[in-house]
Amino acid sequence: MPSVMLRKREDGKLIFYVAKKDLEETIESIEFDSPDKWGGEVVLGDGSKYAFEILDAPPKIPLTLQAKRL
Amino acid sequence: MAAMTREETEALIQEVLEVYPEKAKKDRAKHLAVNDSSLEKANKCITSNRKSLPGVMTVRGCAYAGSKGVVWGPIKDMIHISHGPVGCGQYSRAGRRNYYVGTTGVNAFGTMNFTSDFKENDIVFGGDKKLSKIMLEIEQLFPLNKGISIQSECPIGLIGDDIEAVAKKAAKETGKPVVPVRCEGFRGVSQSLGHHIANDAIRDWVLENRDGDDSFQTTPYDVAVIGDYNIGGDAWASRTLLEEMGLRVVAQWSGDGTIAEIEKTPKVKLNLIHCYRSMNYIARHMEEKYSIPWIEYNFFGPTKIAESLRKIAALFDDTIKAGAERVIARYTAEYEAVIAKYKPRLEGKRVMLYIGGLRPRHVIGAYEDLGMEVVGTGYEFGHNDDYDRTIKEMGNATLLYDDVTGYEFEEFVKRVQPDLIGSGIKEKYIFQKMGVPFRQMHSWDYSGPYHGYDGFAIFARDMDMTINNPCWKNIKAPWKNQVANDEALKAVA
Ligand code: SF4
Repeated sequence: MPSVMLRKREDGKLIFYVAKKDLEETIESIEFDSPDKWGGEVVLGDGSKYAFEILDAPPKIPLTLQAKRL
Repeated sequence: MAAMTREETEALIQEVLEVYPEKAKKDRAKHLAVNDSSLEKANKCITSNRKSLPGVMTVRGCAYAGSKGVVWGPIKDMIHISHGPVGCGQYSRAGRRNYYVGTTGVNAFGTMNFTSDFKENDIVFGGDKKLSKIMLEIEQLFPLNKGISIQSECPIGLIGDDIEAVAKKAAKETGKPVVPVRCEGFRGVSQSLGHHIANDAIRDWVLENRDGDDSFQTTPYDVAVIGDYNIGGDAWASRTLLEEMGLRVVAQWSGDGTIAEIEKTPKVKLNLIHCYRSMNYIARHMEEKYSIPWIEYNFFGPTKIAESLRKIAALFDDTIKAGAERVIARYTAEYEAVIAKYKPRLEGKRVMLYIGGLRPRHVIGAYEDLGMEVVGTGYEFGHNDDYDRTIKEMGNATLLYDDVTGYEFEEFVKRVQPDLIGSGIKEKYIFQKMGVPFRQMHSWDYSGPYHGYDGFAIFARDMDMTINNPCWKNIKAPWKNQVANDEALKAVA
Protein backbone atom coordinates (compact mmCIF):
# COMPACT_ATOMS: atom_id res chain seq x y z
CA MET A 1 0.00 0.00 0.00
CA PRO A 2 2.07 2.95 -1.14
CA SER A 3 1.47 6.43 0.24
CA VAL A 4 0.37 8.59 -2.62
CA MET A 5 0.57 12.33 -2.70
CA LEU A 6 -2.15 13.91 -4.78
CA ARG A 7 -1.81 17.40 -6.20
CA LYS A 8 -3.34 19.48 -8.94
CA ARG A 9 -1.13 20.42 -11.85
CA GLU A 10 -1.32 23.91 -13.37
CA ASP A 11 -3.59 22.58 -16.12
CA GLY A 12 -6.03 21.14 -13.57
CA LYS A 13 -5.06 17.50 -13.98
CA LEU A 14 -4.55 15.42 -10.85
CA ILE A 15 -1.00 14.19 -10.29
CA PHE A 16 -0.35 10.90 -8.56
CA TYR A 17 3.06 10.93 -6.88
CA VAL A 18 4.77 8.12 -5.00
CA ALA A 19 8.09 9.37 -3.61
CA LYS A 20 9.46 5.92 -2.82
CA LYS A 21 8.94 4.75 -6.38
CA ASP A 22 9.77 7.96 -8.26
CA LEU A 23 6.38 7.66 -9.80
CA GLU A 24 4.84 10.90 -10.98
CA GLU A 25 1.87 10.27 -13.24
CA THR A 26 -1.33 11.98 -14.26
CA ILE A 27 -4.63 10.44 -13.21
CA GLU A 28 -6.57 9.74 -16.35
CA SER A 29 -9.77 8.47 -14.81
CA ILE A 30 -11.27 7.93 -11.40
CA GLU A 31 -14.16 5.62 -10.65
CA PHE A 32 -16.21 7.93 -8.43
CA ASP A 33 -15.90 11.69 -8.57
CA SER A 34 -19.12 13.28 -7.41
CA PRO A 35 -19.95 15.55 -4.44
CA ASP A 36 -21.12 12.61 -2.32
CA LYS A 37 -18.77 9.86 -3.43
CA TRP A 38 -15.09 9.93 -4.30
CA GLY A 39 -12.39 7.36 -4.88
CA GLY A 40 -12.29 3.79 -6.11
CA GLU A 41 -10.26 2.65 -9.02
CA VAL A 42 -7.94 5.11 -10.79
CA VAL A 43 -6.13 4.67 -14.08
CA LEU A 44 -2.81 6.48 -14.50
CA GLY A 45 -1.18 7.96 -17.56
CA ASP A 46 1.07 4.93 -17.96
CA GLY A 47 -1.92 2.56 -17.84
CA SER A 48 -1.32 1.17 -14.34
CA LYS A 49 -4.26 0.90 -11.97
CA TYR A 50 -4.59 1.73 -8.28
CA ALA A 51 -7.52 1.92 -5.91
CA PHE A 52 -8.33 4.44 -3.21
CA GLU A 53 -10.78 3.86 -0.45
CA ILE A 54 -14.16 5.32 -1.27
CA LEU A 55 -14.84 8.57 0.60
CA ASP A 56 -18.20 10.30 1.00
CA ALA A 57 -16.88 13.66 -0.24
CA PRO A 58 -14.06 14.75 -2.56
CA PRO A 59 -11.00 15.42 -0.37
CA LYS A 60 -9.15 18.69 -0.17
CA ILE A 61 -6.15 18.41 -2.46
CA PRO A 62 -3.11 18.33 -1.99
CA LEU A 63 -3.31 15.30 0.22
CA THR A 64 -1.49 12.08 1.04
CA LEU A 65 -3.60 8.94 0.80
CA GLN A 66 -3.01 5.22 0.84
CA ALA A 67 -3.65 3.43 -2.42
CA LYS A 68 -3.70 -0.21 -3.35
CA ARG A 69 -1.99 -1.39 -6.49
CA LEU A 70 -4.32 -3.41 -8.71
CA MET B 1 31.56 17.13 -36.68
CA ALA B 2 28.03 16.92 -37.99
CA ALA B 3 25.16 15.94 -35.73
CA MET B 4 24.74 12.22 -35.28
CA THR B 5 21.65 10.44 -36.52
CA ARG B 6 19.52 8.26 -34.30
CA GLU B 7 21.04 5.10 -35.83
CA GLU B 8 24.58 6.33 -35.33
CA THR B 9 23.93 7.20 -31.71
CA GLU B 10 22.32 3.82 -31.09
CA ALA B 11 25.27 2.10 -32.73
CA LEU B 12 27.64 4.07 -30.54
CA ILE B 13 25.86 2.94 -27.39
CA GLN B 14 25.99 -0.69 -28.56
CA GLU B 15 29.67 -0.39 -29.33
CA VAL B 16 30.48 1.07 -25.93
CA LEU B 17 28.46 -1.64 -24.17
CA GLU B 18 30.38 -4.34 -26.04
CA VAL B 19 33.24 -4.55 -23.51
CA TYR B 20 31.02 -5.40 -20.54
CA PRO B 21 30.27 -8.94 -19.40
CA GLU B 22 26.77 -10.13 -20.27
CA LYS B 23 25.07 -9.22 -16.99
CA ALA B 24 26.67 -5.82 -16.68
CA LYS B 25 25.86 -5.07 -20.29
CA LYS B 26 22.21 -5.80 -19.70
CA ASP B 27 22.15 -3.52 -16.70
CA ARG B 28 24.04 -0.62 -18.23
CA ALA B 29 22.00 -0.76 -21.43
CA LYS B 30 18.99 0.44 -19.46
CA HIS B 31 20.84 3.58 -18.37
CA LEU B 32 21.97 4.72 -21.82
CA ALA B 33 19.51 6.07 -24.34
CA VAL B 34 18.99 8.10 -27.44
CA ASN B 35 16.68 11.00 -26.75
CA ASP B 36 13.27 10.96 -28.34
CA SER B 37 11.66 14.30 -27.58
CA SER B 38 8.27 13.08 -28.73
CA LEU B 39 8.01 10.80 -25.68
CA GLU B 40 5.89 12.03 -22.78
CA LYS B 41 7.52 9.86 -20.16
CA ALA B 42 11.18 8.98 -19.71
CA ASN B 43 10.66 5.55 -18.20
CA LYS B 44 10.04 4.23 -21.70
CA CYS B 45 13.66 4.91 -22.65
CA ILE B 46 15.85 5.20 -19.56
CA THR B 47 16.19 3.77 -16.06
CA SER B 48 17.58 5.87 -13.22
CA ASN B 49 18.16 6.00 -9.46
CA ARG B 50 19.45 2.44 -9.27
CA LYS B 51 22.46 0.99 -7.52
CA SER B 52 25.72 1.51 -9.40
CA LEU B 53 27.40 -1.63 -10.69
CA PRO B 54 30.22 -2.97 -8.56
CA GLY B 55 33.50 -2.81 -10.43
CA VAL B 56 32.85 0.24 -12.55
CA MET B 57 33.78 3.75 -11.61
CA THR B 58 30.94 6.24 -11.30
CA VAL B 59 31.04 9.62 -9.62
CA ARG B 60 28.21 9.49 -7.11
CA GLY B 61 28.41 10.64 -3.51
CA CYS B 62 26.75 9.28 -0.38
CA ALA B 63 23.65 10.21 1.62
CA TYR B 64 25.79 12.10 4.13
CA ALA B 65 27.11 14.24 1.27
CA GLY B 66 23.53 14.94 0.17
CA SER B 67 22.44 16.02 3.62
CA LYS B 68 25.45 17.72 5.15
CA GLY B 69 27.07 18.93 1.96
CA VAL B 70 24.02 20.02 0.03
CA VAL B 71 20.93 20.72 2.11
CA TRP B 72 22.06 21.49 5.66
CA GLY B 73 25.64 22.70 5.21
CA PRO B 74 24.79 26.10 3.70
CA ILE B 75 22.53 27.12 6.62
CA LYS B 76 25.10 29.48 7.95
CA ASP B 77 24.11 30.27 11.51
CA MET B 78 23.80 26.65 12.59
CA ILE B 79 26.67 24.36 13.45
CA HIS B 80 26.60 21.09 11.56
CA ILE B 81 28.43 18.32 13.36
CA SER B 82 29.84 15.64 11.08
CA HIS B 83 29.16 12.88 13.56
CA GLY B 84 31.60 10.01 13.15
CA PRO B 85 35.21 9.75 11.99
CA VAL B 86 36.96 12.89 10.86
CA GLY B 87 37.43 12.18 7.16
CA CYS B 88 33.91 12.54 5.74
CA GLY B 89 33.66 16.14 6.92
CA GLN B 90 37.25 17.21 6.50
CA TYR B 91 37.69 16.04 2.91
CA SER B 92 34.51 17.80 1.85
CA ARG B 93 35.04 20.92 3.91
CA ALA B 94 34.20 24.21 2.18
CA GLY B 95 34.40 22.57 -1.23
CA ARG B 96 31.02 23.63 -2.44
CA ARG B 97 31.47 27.39 -2.55
CA ASN B 98 28.12 28.36 -1.06
CA TYR B 99 28.83 32.00 -0.29
CA TYR B 100 27.43 33.71 2.77
CA VAL B 101 27.71 36.97 4.65
CA GLY B 102 28.74 36.83 8.27
CA THR B 103 31.87 36.45 10.34
CA THR B 104 33.06 32.89 10.17
CA GLY B 105 33.57 31.41 13.61
CA VAL B 106 31.48 34.10 15.30
CA ASN B 107 27.98 34.19 13.85
CA ALA B 108 28.42 32.09 10.69
CA PHE B 109 29.99 28.67 10.41
CA GLY B 110 29.68 27.66 6.77
CA THR B 111 33.28 26.89 5.88
CA MET B 112 34.26 25.34 9.22
CA ASN B 113 34.38 21.64 9.94
CA PHE B 114 32.89 20.38 13.18
CA THR B 115 33.32 16.69 13.84
CA SER B 116 33.08 14.27 16.72
CA ASP B 117 36.25 12.57 15.40
CA PHE B 118 35.30 9.00 16.28
CA LYS B 119 38.04 6.67 17.43
CA GLU B 120 37.99 2.93 18.10
CA ASN B 121 36.79 3.58 21.63
CA ASP B 122 33.71 5.42 20.46
CA ILE B 123 32.83 2.65 18.04
CA VAL B 124 33.15 0.01 20.77
CA PHE B 125 31.50 1.87 23.63
CA GLY B 126 29.18 4.20 21.69
CA GLY B 127 29.53 7.91 21.04
CA ASP B 128 26.46 9.42 22.70
CA LYS B 129 28.36 10.78 25.69
CA LYS B 130 30.94 12.35 23.43
CA LEU B 131 28.19 13.96 21.38
CA SER B 132 26.60 15.56 24.47
CA LYS B 133 29.96 16.88 25.50
CA ILE B 134 30.67 18.32 22.06
CA MET B 135 27.41 20.22 22.13
CA LEU B 136 28.25 21.77 25.47
CA GLU B 137 31.65 22.78 24.15
CA ILE B 138 30.04 24.32 21.11
CA GLU B 139 27.78 26.42 23.32
CA GLN B 140 30.78 27.71 25.23
CA LEU B 141 33.02 28.39 22.27
CA PHE B 142 30.44 29.63 19.76
CA PRO B 143 27.61 31.14 21.80
CA LEU B 144 26.15 32.95 18.78
CA ASN B 145 25.18 29.73 16.99
CA LYS B 146 21.45 29.45 16.39
CA GLY B 147 21.21 25.69 16.52
CA ILE B 148 23.00 22.45 15.83
CA SER B 149 22.43 19.67 13.35
CA ILE B 150 23.92 16.22 13.83
CA GLN B 151 24.87 14.71 10.48
CA SER B 152 25.39 10.98 10.91
CA GLU B 153 28.22 9.27 9.10
CA CYS B 154 28.20 5.54 8.38
CA PRO B 155 29.36 4.20 11.77
CA ILE B 156 26.53 5.88 13.68
CA GLY B 157 23.92 3.70 12.02
CA LEU B 158 26.09 0.61 12.36
CA ILE B 159 26.67 0.88 16.11
CA GLY B 160 23.11 2.02 16.79
CA ASP B 161 23.73 5.23 18.75
CA ASP B 162 20.57 7.02 19.88
CA ILE B 163 21.32 10.49 18.58
CA GLU B 164 17.65 11.49 18.76
CA ALA B 165 17.67 11.19 22.56
CA VAL B 166 20.91 13.15 22.82
CA ALA B 167 19.50 15.83 20.54
CA LYS B 168 16.32 16.21 22.57
CA LYS B 169 18.29 16.52 25.77
CA ALA B 170 20.68 19.10 24.32
CA ALA B 171 17.81 21.13 22.85
CA LYS B 172 16.26 21.33 26.30
CA GLU B 173 19.51 22.46 27.86
CA THR B 174 20.38 25.12 25.29
CA GLY B 175 16.90 26.22 24.26
CA LYS B 176 17.99 26.09 20.60
CA PRO B 177 16.97 23.64 17.90
CA VAL B 178 19.11 20.52 17.76
CA VAL B 179 18.35 18.34 14.77
CA PRO B 180 19.48 14.74 14.44
CA VAL B 181 19.78 13.66 10.81
CA ARG B 182 19.95 9.97 9.96
CA CYS B 183 21.89 10.44 6.75
CA GLU B 184 24.42 7.62 7.13
CA GLY B 185 26.35 7.25 3.91
CA PHE B 186 25.25 3.70 3.23
CA ARG B 187 21.59 4.64 2.87
CA GLY B 188 20.25 4.66 -0.66
CA VAL B 189 22.11 4.50 -3.95
CA SER B 190 23.47 8.04 -4.10
CA GLN B 191 23.41 11.43 -2.41
CA SER B 192 19.82 11.77 -3.56
CA LEU B 193 18.41 9.86 -0.62
CA GLY B 194 20.46 12.16 1.62
CA HIS B 195 18.51 15.12 0.21
CA HIS B 196 15.27 13.36 1.00
CA ILE B 197 16.36 12.47 4.54
CA ALA B 198 17.52 16.05 5.10
CA ASN B 199 14.16 17.39 3.85
CA ASP B 200 12.36 15.04 6.21
CA ALA B 201 14.52 16.18 9.11
CA ILE B 202 13.63 19.81 8.39
CA ARG B 203 9.97 18.79 8.21
CA ASP B 204 10.07 16.91 11.52
CA TRP B 205 12.37 19.09 13.60
CA VAL B 206 12.25 22.68 12.30
CA LEU B 207 9.33 23.56 10.07
CA GLU B 208 6.66 23.53 12.77
CA ASN B 209 8.59 25.71 15.19
CA ARG B 210 6.49 28.80 14.51
CA ASP B 211 3.12 27.22 13.89
CA GLY B 212 0.51 29.23 15.76
CA ASP B 213 2.84 32.23 16.12
CA ASP B 214 1.55 35.09 13.99
CA SER B 215 3.96 37.78 15.10
CA PHE B 216 5.72 37.71 11.74
CA GLN B 217 4.25 40.44 9.52
CA THR B 218 3.37 38.94 6.17
CA THR B 219 2.60 40.60 2.83
CA PRO B 220 0.74 39.22 -0.20
CA TYR B 221 4.05 39.14 -2.06
CA ASP B 222 6.06 36.85 0.22
CA VAL B 223 7.96 34.06 -1.51
CA ALA B 224 10.70 31.62 -0.55
CA VAL B 225 13.56 30.65 -2.83
CA ILE B 226 14.00 26.92 -2.41
CA GLY B 227 16.88 24.86 -3.71
CA ASP B 228 19.33 27.65 -4.47
CA TYR B 229 22.63 27.02 -2.73
CA ASN B 230 24.29 30.31 -3.59
CA ILE B 231 27.19 28.70 -5.42
CA GLY B 232 29.46 31.60 -6.24
CA GLY B 233 26.61 33.96 -5.29
CA ASP B 234 23.83 32.42 -7.42
CA ALA B 235 21.06 33.06 -4.91
CA TRP B 236 21.99 36.72 -4.64
CA ALA B 237 21.84 37.15 -8.41
CA SER B 238 18.40 35.51 -8.40
CA ARG B 239 17.05 37.32 -5.41
CA THR B 240 17.68 40.78 -6.87
CA LEU B 241 15.48 39.95 -9.85
CA LEU B 242 12.63 38.72 -7.69
CA GLU B 243 12.84 41.74 -5.43
CA GLU B 244 13.02 44.11 -8.37
CA MET B 245 9.75 42.76 -9.72
CA GLY B 246 8.10 43.52 -6.38
CA LEU B 247 8.22 40.23 -4.49
CA ARG B 248 9.56 39.89 -0.98
CA VAL B 249 12.01 37.03 -0.54
CA VAL B 250 11.43 35.79 2.98
CA ALA B 251 13.73 32.79 2.93
CA GLN B 252 16.63 31.36 1.02
CA TRP B 253 16.91 27.59 1.16
CA SER B 254 19.61 27.12 1.91
CA GLY B 255 22.43 29.17 0.35
CA ASP B 256 23.23 32.10 2.64
CA GLY B 257 20.20 30.95 4.63
CA THR B 258 19.46 30.97 8.33
CA ILE B 259 17.36 28.77 10.55
CA ALA B 260 15.03 31.70 11.25
CA GLU B 261 14.26 31.98 7.54
CA ILE B 262 13.46 28.30 7.37
CA GLU B 263 11.11 28.58 10.33
CA LYS B 264 9.31 31.47 8.66
CA THR B 265 8.81 29.70 5.34
CA PRO B 266 5.39 28.21 6.20
CA LYS B 267 4.10 31.81 6.21
CA VAL B 268 4.93 32.59 2.56
CA LYS B 269 2.47 32.70 -0.32
CA LEU B 270 4.50 30.79 -2.90
CA ASN B 271 7.52 28.50 -2.90
CA LEU B 272 9.89 28.91 -5.84
CA ILE B 273 11.84 25.74 -6.54
CA HIS B 274 15.13 25.97 -8.37
CA CYS B 275 16.77 22.66 -7.54
CA TYR B 276 13.80 20.35 -7.89
CA ARG B 277 15.80 17.21 -7.19
CA SER B 278 17.05 18.13 -3.73
CA MET B 279 14.08 20.03 -2.31
CA ASN B 280 10.86 19.05 -4.04
CA TYR B 281 10.00 16.89 -1.04
CA ILE B 282 9.69 19.78 1.37
CA ALA B 283 7.77 21.86 -1.18
CA ARG B 284 5.27 19.05 -1.62
CA HIS B 285 4.96 18.77 2.15
CA MET B 286 4.33 22.50 2.59
CA GLU B 287 1.74 22.39 -0.18
CA GLU B 288 -0.14 19.69 1.65
CA LYS B 289 0.22 21.00 5.18
CA TYR B 290 0.17 24.77 4.73
CA SER B 291 -1.51 25.01 1.29
CA ILE B 292 1.46 26.85 -0.16
CA PRO B 293 1.66 26.26 -3.91
CA TRP B 294 5.06 25.75 -5.50
CA ILE B 295 6.46 26.12 -8.98
CA GLU B 296 9.74 25.23 -10.63
CA TYR B 297 11.69 28.00 -12.29
CA ASN B 298 14.95 28.34 -14.19
CA PHE B 299 17.29 31.33 -13.96
CA PHE B 300 19.95 30.17 -16.44
CA GLY B 301 20.12 32.32 -19.58
CA PRO B 302 17.82 35.19 -20.66
CA THR B 303 15.24 33.05 -22.50
CA LYS B 304 14.54 30.87 -19.49
CA ILE B 305 14.76 33.80 -17.07
CA ALA B 306 12.10 35.75 -18.94
CA GLU B 307 9.94 32.64 -19.20
CA SER B 308 10.30 32.00 -15.46
CA LEU B 309 9.70 35.59 -14.40
CA ARG B 310 6.46 35.64 -16.37
CA LYS B 311 5.42 32.25 -15.01
CA ILE B 312 5.99 33.44 -11.44
CA ALA B 313 4.25 36.78 -12.06
CA ALA B 314 1.19 35.04 -13.50
CA LEU B 315 0.43 33.78 -10.00
CA PHE B 316 0.28 37.32 -8.58
CA ASP B 317 -1.63 40.51 -9.34
CA ASP B 318 -1.01 43.11 -12.03
CA THR B 319 1.64 45.08 -10.13
CA ILE B 320 3.88 42.01 -10.11
CA LYS B 321 3.08 41.21 -13.72
CA ALA B 322 4.08 44.75 -14.66
CA GLY B 323 7.12 44.35 -12.44
CA ALA B 324 8.25 41.27 -14.32
CA GLU B 325 7.98 43.07 -17.65
CA ARG B 326 9.90 46.01 -16.20
CA VAL B 327 12.72 43.74 -15.03
CA ILE B 328 12.95 41.99 -18.39
CA ALA B 329 12.95 45.32 -20.23
CA ARG B 330 15.57 46.75 -17.94
CA TYR B 331 18.07 43.99 -18.61
CA THR B 332 17.34 43.50 -22.31
CA ALA B 333 20.04 45.84 -23.57
CA GLU B 334 22.52 44.29 -21.18
CA TYR B 335 22.01 40.67 -22.19
CA GLU B 336 21.69 41.51 -25.85
CA ALA B 337 25.13 43.06 -25.65
CA VAL B 338 26.46 39.86 -24.04
CA ILE B 339 24.96 37.74 -26.78
CA ALA B 340 26.24 40.10 -29.49
CA LYS B 341 29.73 39.84 -28.09
CA TYR B 342 29.98 36.09 -27.44
CA LYS B 343 27.58 34.42 -29.85
CA PRO B 344 29.84 34.92 -32.88
CA ARG B 345 32.68 33.26 -30.95
CA LEU B 346 30.59 30.36 -29.64
CA GLU B 347 27.97 29.72 -32.31
CA GLY B 348 27.62 26.09 -33.34
CA LYS B 349 29.87 24.73 -30.59
CA ARG B 350 28.71 21.41 -29.19
CA VAL B 351 28.54 20.65 -25.49
CA MET B 352 28.31 17.46 -23.45
CA LEU B 353 27.11 17.71 -19.86
CA TYR B 354 27.22 15.34 -16.96
CA ILE B 355 26.15 16.89 -13.69
CA GLY B 356 24.12 16.18 -10.56
CA GLY B 357 20.36 16.32 -10.45
CA LEU B 358 19.18 19.60 -11.94
CA ARG B 359 21.68 21.37 -14.14
CA PRO B 360 21.85 18.70 -16.85
CA ARG B 361 18.54 20.13 -18.04
CA HIS B 362 18.52 23.63 -16.55
CA VAL B 363 21.63 25.01 -18.25
CA ILE B 364 20.63 23.87 -21.74
CA GLY B 365 18.72 27.12 -22.37
CA ALA B 366 21.72 29.25 -21.45
CA TYR B 367 23.91 27.41 -23.95
CA GLU B 368 21.26 27.77 -26.61
CA ASP B 369 21.07 31.51 -25.98
CA LEU B 370 24.72 31.62 -27.00
CA GLY B 371 24.06 29.62 -30.14
CA MET B 372 25.58 26.45 -28.72
CA GLU B 373 24.08 23.00 -28.82
CA VAL B 374 23.93 20.40 -26.06
CA VAL B 375 24.52 17.02 -27.70
CA GLY B 376 24.65 14.79 -24.65
CA THR B 377 23.52 15.05 -21.07
CA GLY B 378 23.11 12.89 -18.01
CA TYR B 379 22.53 12.88 -14.29
CA GLU B 380 24.64 11.45 -11.51
CA PHE B 381 21.62 10.89 -9.31
CA GLY B 382 18.56 12.07 -11.23
CA HIS B 383 15.29 10.19 -10.90
CA ASN B 384 12.60 9.33 -13.37
CA ASP B 385 10.85 12.66 -12.91
CA ASP B 386 14.08 14.46 -13.83
CA TYR B 387 14.38 12.58 -17.10
CA ASP B 388 10.70 13.31 -17.80
CA ARG B 389 11.60 16.97 -17.65
CA THR B 390 14.78 16.49 -19.69
CA ILE B 391 13.54 14.79 -22.83
CA LYS B 392 11.62 17.89 -23.83
CA GLU B 393 14.64 20.16 -23.40
CA MET B 394 17.06 18.04 -25.41
CA GLY B 395 17.27 17.75 -29.18
CA ASN B 396 16.18 14.57 -30.90
CA ALA B 397 18.72 11.76 -31.21
CA THR B 398 21.06 13.27 -28.61
CA LEU B 399 22.71 11.05 -26.03
CA LEU B 400 21.32 10.49 -22.55
CA TYR B 401 23.45 8.70 -19.96
CA ASP B 402 22.45 7.96 -16.40
CA ASP B 403 25.07 7.38 -13.67
CA VAL B 404 27.64 7.11 -16.46
CA THR B 405 30.82 5.15 -15.83
CA GLY B 406 34.26 6.63 -16.43
CA TYR B 407 34.82 4.29 -19.34
CA GLU B 408 31.51 5.07 -21.06
CA PHE B 409 31.94 8.82 -20.70
CA GLU B 410 35.43 8.75 -22.20
CA GLU B 411 34.31 6.62 -25.14
CA PHE B 412 31.32 8.85 -25.81
CA VAL B 413 33.53 11.90 -25.82
CA LYS B 414 36.05 10.31 -28.19
CA ARG B 415 33.31 9.61 -30.69
CA VAL B 416 31.02 12.60 -30.30
CA GLN B 417 33.96 15.02 -30.11
CA PRO B 418 32.24 17.89 -28.33
CA ASP B 419 33.81 21.34 -28.21
CA LEU B 420 33.16 21.60 -24.49
CA ILE B 421 32.42 19.30 -21.58
CA GLY B 422 30.67 20.52 -18.46
CA SER B 423 31.03 18.21 -15.50
CA GLY B 424 32.83 17.94 -12.16
CA ILE B 425 36.31 17.98 -10.70
CA LYS B 426 36.73 14.22 -10.99
CA GLU B 427 36.25 14.39 -14.75
CA LYS B 428 38.09 17.63 -15.36
CA TYR B 429 41.69 16.53 -15.71
CA ILE B 430 40.96 13.39 -17.70
CA PHE B 431 39.26 15.39 -20.40
CA GLN B 432 41.67 18.30 -20.31
CA LYS B 433 44.49 15.84 -20.89
CA MET B 434 42.55 14.45 -23.81
CA GLY B 435 42.60 17.99 -25.17
CA VAL B 436 38.91 18.79 -24.74
CA PRO B 437 37.97 22.16 -23.23
CA PHE B 438 36.29 21.62 -19.89
CA ARG B 439 34.28 23.63 -17.36
CA GLN B 440 33.30 22.45 -13.91
CA MET B 441 29.55 22.86 -13.72
CA HIS B 442 29.15 22.06 -10.02
CA SER B 443 31.41 24.75 -8.59
CA TRP B 444 31.35 26.99 -11.69
CA ASP B 445 35.11 26.34 -11.84
CA TYR B 446 35.67 28.82 -9.00
CA SER B 447 33.76 31.51 -10.90
CA GLY B 448 30.09 32.48 -10.83
CA PRO B 449 27.39 33.41 -10.18
CA TYR B 450 25.70 31.91 -13.24
CA HIS B 451 22.08 32.54 -12.21
CA GLY B 452 20.18 35.63 -13.32
CA TYR B 453 21.07 38.23 -15.93
CA ASP B 454 24.27 39.20 -14.12
CA GLY B 455 25.25 35.56 -13.97
CA PHE B 456 24.61 35.04 -17.67
CA ALA B 457 27.28 37.60 -18.55
CA ILE B 458 29.79 35.70 -16.43
CA PHE B 459 28.66 32.38 -17.86
CA ALA B 460 29.15 33.59 -21.42
CA ARG B 461 32.58 35.00 -20.66
CA ASP B 462 33.69 31.79 -18.95
CA MET B 463 32.54 29.56 -21.78
CA ASP B 464 34.33 31.75 -24.32
CA MET B 465 37.48 31.90 -22.22
CA THR B 466 37.55 28.10 -22.00
CA ILE B 467 36.63 27.11 -25.54
CA ASN B 468 38.66 29.76 -27.32
CA ASN B 469 41.68 29.46 -25.06
CA PRO B 470 44.86 29.30 -27.19
CA CYS B 471 46.22 26.47 -25.04
CA TRP B 472 44.13 23.86 -26.84
CA LYS B 473 46.24 24.37 -29.96
CA ASN B 474 49.33 23.42 -27.99
CA ILE B 475 48.07 20.12 -26.65
CA LYS B 476 50.18 18.17 -29.13
CA ALA B 477 53.92 18.26 -28.54
CA PRO B 478 55.43 20.66 -31.06
CA TRP B 479 57.67 18.02 -32.68
CA LYS B 480 54.63 15.83 -33.32
CA ASN B 481 52.87 18.61 -35.12
CA GLN B 482 53.54 17.99 -38.82
CA VAL B 483 52.52 21.41 -40.06
CA ALA B 484 54.57 23.29 -37.52
CA ASN B 485 57.56 21.08 -38.30
CA ASP B 486 57.42 21.72 -41.99
CA GLU B 487 57.23 25.44 -41.38
CA ALA B 488 60.16 25.35 -38.99
CA LEU B 489 62.23 23.42 -41.54
CA LYS B 490 61.36 25.97 -44.16
CA ALA B 491 62.40 28.75 -41.81
CA VAL B 492 65.77 27.09 -41.18
CA ALA B 493 66.37 26.49 -44.85
S1 SF4 C 1 29.90 6.77 2.70
FE1 SF4 C 1 29.99 6.88 4.95
S2 SF4 C 1 32.17 6.92 5.43
FE2 SF4 C 1 31.97 7.47 3.26
S3 SF4 C 1 31.87 9.74 3.23
FE3 SF4 C 1 29.76 8.95 3.29
S4 SF4 C 1 29.26 8.95 5.49
FE4 SF4 C 1 31.49 9.05 5.34
